[in-house]
Amino acid sequence: MAFWASQSLNSLALGGLLFMLAAGFSLIFGLMRVANLAHGALFMLGAYVGLASVQAGLNFWLAALLAALAVGVVGGLIERFLLRRLQGRTLPQVLLTLGLAFIIADACLMVWGGDPMRLPPPEELRGAVRLGDLAFPRYRLFVMGASCAIGIGLWLLIERTRIGAMIRAAVDDMQMARAIGISASALFSAVFCLGAALAGLGGVLGGPILSVYPGLDADMLPLALLVVILGGAGSLLGAFIGAYLIGFVYTFGQALVPDLAYVILFLPMVAVLAIAPNGLFGRRLS
Amino acid sequence: MPDALFLSNLHVYHGDTCAVRDVDLHCMEGTVTALLGRNGAGKTTTLSAIAGLLAPKRGAIRFFGKPIERLGPEAICRLGIGLVPQGRRIFPTLTVAEHLEIAARAPRHEARRVWDRNAVEEVFPRLRERRRQLAGSLSGGEQQMLAIARALVTNPRILLLDEPAEGLAPQIVSEVADAIRALKANGLSILLVEHNIPLALSLADECVVLSSGEVVWRGCAPDLAASPDLLNQHLGVH
Ligand SMILES: Nc1ncnc2c1ncn2[C@@H]1O[C@H](COP(=O)(O)OP(=O)(O)O)[C@@H](O)[C@H]1O
Ligand SMILES: [Mg+2]
Repeated sequence: MAFWASQSLNSLALGGLLFMLAAGFSLIFGLMRVANLAHGALFMLGAYVGLASVQAGLNFWLAALLAALAVGVVGGLIERFLLRRLQGRTLPQVLLTLGLAFIIADACLMVWGGDPMRLPPPEELRGAVRLGDLAFPRYRLFVMGASCAIGIGLWLLIERTRIGAMIRAAVDDMQMARAIGISASALFSAVFCLGAALAGLGGVLGGPILSVYPGLDADMLPLALLVVILGGAGSLLGAFIGAYLIGFVYTFGQALVPDLAYVILFLPMVAVLAIAPNGLFGRRLS
Repeated sequence: MPDALFLSNLHVYHGDTCAVRDVDLHCMEGTVTALLGRNGAGKTTTLSAIAGLLAPKRGAIRFFGKPIERLGPEAICRLGIGLVPQGRRIFPTLTVAEHLEIAARAPRHEARRVWDRNAVEEVFPRLRERRRQLAGSLSGGEQQMLAIARALVTNPRILLLDEPAEGLAPQIVSEVADAIRALKANGLSILLVEHNIPLALSLADECVVLSSGEVVWRGCAPDLAASPDLLNQHLGVH
């Protein structure tokens, strides 16, 4: 019982982190048709910036805010000065993001070294909540709640605001959206910044659970890709459900059959794609 | 009267194939110019080049004297060119109200009439009833009305209409035609592409006929209506 309960909470916490990572990836892909392979590196960069800020004496929440902003700015610079130059050429764009992933990973290694480091959770979220015989770490509960809050916030942004309607219009038909005066360039920058900031925030919030180490990017990116393939590119709901699904499959796979964790991870994806090639909630993107 | 739109020596390609060759055209302010021709003549290509969706290979496009052939579609829209594209191209995941909200733009010139949501809903009362509905669930006629309304709320000085009657039931066609007539009466300049020749001739002041990407005839609408040979040869009307 205790095993199932605590692994379930671990799954929910990992699912929450994956959602923060995959939501931005999915938004960027839906709008710009670019698979941003630097997304895992941005997650890791967020974790390191958050860690460095905490080590410099900032409190956890300020560090998280700072990391999200910093990674958002890095994302904005990547979009405006690099991706922009390759506009409309998808393959070079994807290769560029792959190159950037390596550069960011190496830069982190250079600055912060190769040893894994733990980012301590904030004071007020240490310890566990007891429910009868079961103990649930407070911080993991918080991560799950935070990801739900972010999910609702993003949903409101996309579905209920004018800028969200512009994003949906551009995902539906980019050229037509431009022909009614919507600036594609401004939308691209805004969405790329937002996606990067979410990845960075995910990195900081993930720090106390996953710890911070070289290779964190390469561990997270495939999971995020799986989430997006499962849920359907461009779909927020798909990213949410896919993230929690992968969170459970991966956590229980690791705990029960560690040797086959990756096989178990890819099986549901193959099954879903065989039935719904655009993912669970995806629609055909032209 | 100034030319609202002036094209000269326009060449537009799709990849390596030339779809529009050496086209000259002008639309006077406050008039309806019909651009006619068989399927594949290059009408949509011409409108796409004006709206900035395709970059012309050669030639000039001037809008009230200002060269616009190098501008992107958002800049061209903001200068005052409204596109109602072939096939309507409404956004299926947006509601009717959202279409008007994201396209709305204050007029940047002394407009005879300011187009806001109320004004377009007056012309198309069906859109008022459907305000909260997703555009993807509208009928073809309603989608066409929405496409026109979406272009109007950008407060254009000229409207590019690409086959507004395509695929619509006769009763809806006359509803859309009445709306276009009302826009014309309001003094809006219109460049109209339409395969329904009687409809086009009833709305147009001037006509330009394209064939294989080249202008083969131009003149006023009554003259074209009185030339059965021309209609037969280039427009397939018997
Ligand atoms: N996207 C495209 N790619 C390649 N060729 C195209 C494309 N669109 C149109 N064409 C070609 O350009 C020519 C003009 O097409 P179009 O402007 O759509 O004609 P119209 O609107 O008069 O029916 C046609 O021969 C058509 O086959
Ligand atoms: Mg056409």
